Amino acid sequence: MKPVEMTAMELGREIREKRMTAMDAMQAVFDVMDRREESLNCYITVDREGAFQRAEEVQRKIDAGILTGPLAGVPVAVKDNLCTEGMLTTCASKILQQFVPHYSAQAVHRLTQAGAVIIGKTNMDEFAMGSTTETSAFGPTKNPWNERHVPGGSSGGSAAAVAAGECFMALGSDTGGSIRQPASYCGVVGMKPTYGTVSRYGLIAYGSSLDQIGPLCRDVTDCAALLECIASHDKQDSTSIARMDMDFTKALQKDVKGMRIGIPRDYFTEGLSADVGNSVLKAADVLKSQGAVVEEFDLSLVEYAIPAYYTIAAAEASSNLERFDGIKYGFRAGEREGLHKMYKKTRSEGFGEEVKRRIMLGCFVLSSGYYDAYYLKALRVKALIKQAFDRAFETYDIILSPAAPTTAPRLGESLADPISMYLSDIYTVSVNLAGLPGITVPCGMDAEGLPIGMQLIGNCFAEKKLFRAAFAYEQAGGQGPFGVCGEGK
Amino acid sequence: MGKEKQYESVIGLEVHVELATKTKIFCGCSTAFGGVPNTHTCPVCTGMPGSLPVLNRKVLEYAVSVGLATNCEITRYCKFDRKNYFYPDNPQNYQISQLYLPICRNGWVEIEMPEGTKRIGIHEIHMEEDAGKLIHDEWEDCTLVDYNRSGVPLIEIVSEPDMRSAEEVIAYLEKLRLMIRYLGASDCKLQEGSMRVDVNLSVREPGAEPGVRTEMKNLNSFKAITRAIAGERDRQIDLLTSGAVVVQETRRWDDAKGCSYAMRSKEDARDYRYFPDPDLVPIRISEAWLEERKAALPEMRTEKIQRYREEYQIPDYDIEILTDSRQMAMLFEETTALCNQPKKVSNWLMGEGMRLLKERGRDPEDMLISPAHLAKLIVMREAGEINGSSAKEIFEVMFDTDTDPADCARERGLLIVNDTGGLTEVLRKVIAENPKSVEDYLGGKEKALGFLVGQTMKAMKGKADPAQVNQMLREMLV
Amino acid sequence: MENRISDETIEYVGVLAKLELSDEEREQAKRDMGRMLDYIDQMNALDTEGIEPMSHAFPVENVLREDMVTNGDMRDALLANAPEEKDGMFVVPRTFE
Repeated sequence: MKPVEMTAMELGREIREKRMTAMDAMQAVFDVMDRREESLNCYITVDREGAFQRAEEVQRKIDAGILTGPLAGVPVAVKDNLCTEGMLTTCASKILQQFVPHYSAQAVHRLTQAGAVIIGKTNMDEFAMGSTTETSAFGPTKNPWNERHVPGGSSGGSAAAVAAGECFMALGSDTGGSIRQPASYCGVVGMKPTYGTVSRYGLIAYGSSLDQIGPLCRDVTDCAALLECIASHDKQDSTSIARMDMDFTKALQKDVKGMRIGIPRDYFTEGLSADVGNSVLKAADVLKSQGAVVEEFDLSLVEYAIPAYYTIAAAEASSNLERFDGIKYGFRAGEREGLHKMYKKTRSEGFGEEVKRRIMLGCFVLSSGYYDAYYLKALRVKALIKQAFDRAFETYDIILSPAAPTTAPRLGESLADPISMYLSDIYTVSVNLAGLPGITVPCGMDAEGLPIGMQLIGNCFAEKKLFRAAFAYEQAGGQGPFGVCGEGK
Repeated sequence: MGKEKQYESVIGLEVHVELATKTKIFCGCSTAFGGVPNTHTCPVCTGMPGSLPVLNRKVLEYAVSVGLATNCEITRYCKFDRKNYFYPDNPQNYQISQLYLPICRNGWVEIEMPEGTKRIGIHEIHMEEDAGKLIHDEWEDCTLVDYNRSGVPLIEIVSEPDMRSAEEVIAYLEKLRLMIRYLGASDCKLQEGSMRVDVNLSVREPGAEPGVRTEMKNLNSFKAITRAIAGERDRQIDLLTSGAVVVQETRRWDDAKGCSYAMRSKEDARDYRYFPDPDLVPIRISEAWLEERKAALPEMRTEKIQRYREEYQIPDYDIEILTDSRQMAMLFEETTALCNQPKKVSNWLMGEGMRLLKERGRDPEDMLISPAHLAKLIVMREAGEINGSSAKEIFEVMFDTDTDPADCARERGLLIVNDTGGLTEVLRKVIAENPKSVEDYLGGKEKALGFLVGQTMKAMKGKADPAQVNQMLREMLV
Repeated sequence: MENRISDETIEYVGVLAKLELSDEEREQAKRDMGRMLDYIDQMNALDTEGIEPMSHAFPVENVLREDMVTNGDMRDALLANAPEEKDGMFVVPRTFE
């Protein structure tokens, strides 16, 4: 097997057992990158020289017996909204085009502590606002399976890099589906953990009450290992939770006997493509054949999730993005025309269209006279959605659904109509509203050869059940991991 | 004049108090005053992307203690909200504050006025973060920003519009300041900005609905507050009697010129879009914790007065004055504990102490003298080592620099006698004659040591250094 | 379209958001916001009477840090990204009248 076709865990073992070095692994990544990156545009920043230097350092520590963990020497990619000490961090925005933080996000810190080697920073929708990676100020990323299509978003660069072999695993962030939807479009495994599982310190906020960092990987095993590495109780993040059950790799057992799986009938409505629907139902059959009990049920309130999500996310974003004002960091314009002109010019020229659209919506829903009707209303809807999930989890261990209503759309198709783009998040946003964990696992291909993903949703803190079901599905030969696109298999 | 008399002022105050914590409200940066610009900053208090706030426990404790002292209801489930507005002193362009569920509500304090006791309502007390400092650079005609103060914890105490005169306002502020100083929650200095007062004032004909109010800022002394209230009252009455209207606005008081002007806000929509800060979690206050806080409240003035009456043989008048400042009261208590001569201590503080404070224009809170030195001075005088006028001279030096009185007396050649002989013998005797106190002290009762010191001083006829006696006793009683 | 966004509203939102829009952008923004609000208004069909607004999905409470200085001087690192700096401070257009 070529190194690039290995999973991160397989690669880690090769390195630990001295059949490969961290530099060999990095070289494998750059071999692919030399062929494909120019056209795919998975990365905003690639630090080739630094990556090899870091690989050498890590290799020395492996040789010295200091680094012994499963991720030691594994090349990883990091979404560009996660702060990386000494490395450009742009959020795919012109307004942060020169921002180099002097601190790293806690998740990044944990990753490097474990000996993973950062290759660079992946492309994304600007400030994670978008579902296609087309709102990036640095041009769109293309889907490695078909470059006329988008990779999804907002963690599109991370998903595409994993799928194409431009890294072995990657970090993304998920506010309304931004890990799970691109994972689905790119045929990789992606998880959004329970809110509070991974510290948000150093994640440049979009919607603070919804944002979570999570892994994008080649298979379920890698996904559990990466989450195990980055999950922590961090005193720097007030919303971080102390959990005792973060040994996620222990859950990788091929055992779903008696597991109760619910399929929301109200997810299978118009708008869902037939290919996607059929693949997800086939996946349900695989799980059933392994002993799971699968039933349909009515989740309810599905149509209210996106309106509530956009209200809350836009409101929080309008406030979170106020700090980008041309004073402390980043782009500045119009400073000769006085303070308020500077604010306006800096922000109008620094932010892209979609970001401005959401900031304005957010300001509006929080403004005097509208706060109750929009913002509080959305928080009440959120409470009801959470209740609907609570009810479902009284009966079911996990919920199985599509990750997105279709496979990856063509480039340019979604930008023309923002609301139709928002609809691609219909199966994912409610999971963020309720703070739940969700995992996307590849479960098929459509007629055009584009990947289809299914989503498994668990109750709060039920990541282990999700990993168990996803692993069992993968092992039972469901779809199985696609491997690296374009590298055969 | 006749017309003016028809009007009554309706005044409410917003008082910001900087809390005496070591670190900022949401990060581990020092709150020390006067550092080199931006050296007490971190990603959190400079609004760096990805940084997150975590609440300082001490801020919550101080806020609750002020709430308890002002008879407030403590909100059992409280949250922080973001107040959104753009200004360079505010690095996130939102201030973390409390609007919807402030920590304390519906309290009151009583003020003593010539016509009797009056109760002033406290609408609420909330916790929030301070802003950075803006410095105008004349040379380059730009503004420089220093975030050392950004994130320093504040409480804002919002009164009901219950005050009717400048006298009531000052009485209320003095009461608040005393309470907060007693709590140790802040030093409350107007000149240095650790206490900031905004005056909301409107005028009305008695019994009528309150008129339109204005908010006055930049009031750096009680005198400025008094003048600003008179000035604003006159300005509003002039407007109303000339048929004009009062505009609701924020005005800045210029104490040098004795007038105020409206603060312009052309780009300020005054729509702060408050919403709960999703980066912070709610605070739920349990009954047990609240009881703990109540128990931890220090002795307040009324209790202190009561105790002084029982414990020390000093006049009520002295007690009133001494307890009017926490620093003064502590100095009195601690000195008395060392020399066991309450009346003498009180006489020094009430006489020379107050005289010098007045002469130097200083606040009792800034009294420098340490209890050990004052006790030593009293003993030296009692022992006849120095005479009365020398003692006053030494006191004055101590007042300014807290010098050791023995050193001072020696340097200035003020010593009459210098006889400390026989102290060890006396100490042995005192120990032998007071087995109960010795036992008490060894059992952990510090007070017993004071008694032994007193006995020794008595036997020595005051001709010993109480601090030295104290030290020697401790060494002998191991 | 149910929600018609007036020039005044979009102007006002621009002041709040500190965004400056060209005439063309303003028209586009009015249309976009109107459509978004129409979409969001679907929430009104759901009865939320008596439901407590939920800001956090599950209850983490009382997260507090001790009052201890943990940060040293990191001024230079914090100023490193400033578009303009002078004497260890951030420079902005004059704020004083």
